[in-house]
Amino acid sequence: MNQLQNFTKGFIKENPVFVLLLGMCPTLGVTSSAINGLGMGLATTFVLLMSNVVISTIKNVIPSKVKIPSFIVVIASLVTVVELVMQAYLPELYKSLGLFIPLIVVNCIVLGRAEAFASKNTIFSSAVDGLGMGLGFAFALTLLGAARELLGSGKIFDLTIFPEDYGMLLFVLAPGAFIVLGYLIALITRLNKA
Amino acid sequence: MSKLLTISPSPHVHTSDSVNKIMYRVILALVPALAWSVFMFGFEAIRVTLLAVAACMVFEFLIQKYIMKEVPQITDGSAALTGILLAFNVPASLPTWMIVVGALVAIGVGKLSFGGLGNNPFNPALVGRVFLLISFPVHMTSWPVTQHATVDALTTATPLALLKEGVNAGKPVSEILLDLPSNLEMLYGNMSGSLGEVSALLLLLGFAYMLWKNVITWHIPTFVLGTIFVFQGALWMLNPENFVEPIFHLLSGGAMLGAIYMATDMVTSPMTVRGQLIFGVGIGVLTVLIRNFGAYPEGISFAILIMNGFVPLINAYIKPKRFGGQK
Repeated sequence: MNQLQNFTKGFIKENPVFVLLLGMCPTLGVTSSAINGLGMGLATTFVLLMSNVVISTIKNVIPSKVKIPSFIVVIASLVTVVELVMQAYLPELYKSLGLFIPLIVVNCIVLGRAEAFASKNTIFSSAVDGLGMGLGFAFALTLLGAARELLGSGKIFDLTIFPEDYGMLLFVLAPGAFIVLGYLIALITRLNKA
Repeated sequence: MSKLLTISPSPHVHTSDSVNKIMYRVILALVPALAWSVFMFGFEAIRVTLLAVAACMVFEFLIQKYIMKEVPQITDGSAALTGILLAFNVPASLPTWMIVVGALVAIGVGKLSFGGLGNNPFNPALVGRVFLLISFPVHMTSWPVTQHATVDALTTATPLALLKEGVNAGKPVSEILLDLPSNLEMLYGNMSGSLGEVSALLLLLGFAYMLWKNVITWHIPTFVLGTIFVFQGALWMLNPENFVEPIFHLLSGGAMLGAIYMATDMVTSPMTVRGQLIFGVGIGVLTVLIRNFGAYPEGISFAILIMNGFVPLINAYIKPKRFGGQK
């Protein structure tokens, strides 16, 4: 697998949300609008990229008995960085994402890539993998958020597409997340098979 | 000689029942209630019903033909029935585009996403109704006054909504009941509400017809309505100032429509009588809980959908004993 394939696999072929079904909690929880989805996706991308780099760097010095706790320490430190930066520079987004930012620590994608990829590969390919997977996650969350925002309130990124009176409130609420995610998964599965 | 002994796989007993026949009989059973709705709400009732039926059939045809690439089965009557039940569950004043959206959700999301008739875990018409209720709470709870009402107004609230409002405001039930239609009026159908739920009597007439034609059995409606009666009766005996007497809950809102026509959907209800008992009691208990303690004044549609979700589990655990198989 060359580095380009390594990078692009996160978007459609091995998309963490649509194909691997990892990180469902933030996926369903924060995607009530496109901007929330994008913000959450980029925050996770940063953590994923950095954790993959750090973990593949130190992979040879971590005893296998304390592998998972060490990964968690690395990831938690990075999440704290993201959280504080967001709180300082993007207070609005920080407020609307709320608890889901600290919860990136236990996001299956981050831990999953650390365990499955970064602990076995070189620093460079781990970085490419982390970036690709992270952007794939961000892409999925933005797509889901945009679809829910459009159907729910007639807007995408706060740009009005049709009058809000025609928006269907259900899509902004939790059931809408499940319904839209289900149809997007069906669509991506169809694309992968074709 | 060989003609005398024909060996063929079971079933050997043939019945003339078919999907078409059952669906059209249910539709026929709903006609009296529909006629009453037209009498009460006028042309609007016809508009909503025709639109819902037409939209359901068109969406079923288009999705089956172009997305699922199957031979469309719209003549089996199931899409038409979904349309009628959807129309029966919405106010007669609902805007046209909302009905079309509701039909798309009922058929597309509620039924065909799961593979079509026989595979849907949830009652499609109720999926459409609950989608509309959550998406358009204002339109779905503005009930047009009936054509024969004496008050000079365009919209009104249902007896259940008035009851909930009164109880939340801290009024005793006896005082609230003075402003509500009497049980007799609710029985023959002089109340506001969704298009098809207003006349309990005509819905019961349809029930009698379906029992006579063996379309459904008596179990589920009896279990649902019986549970509502017993549970609400117990609450009423404990505190008659906070809880209304049980007959009111049987006649108001969608209790009859839900218990007789929605809970008995063959696809989404348990197969055994013991399973149907659990299913029916669950619906009754949830309905009473939502109506008395929930945020919404009416809860039977949520109750049926929740119990629909339990049907596979009920079917998995409650199995009939094989003849001669166990003690």
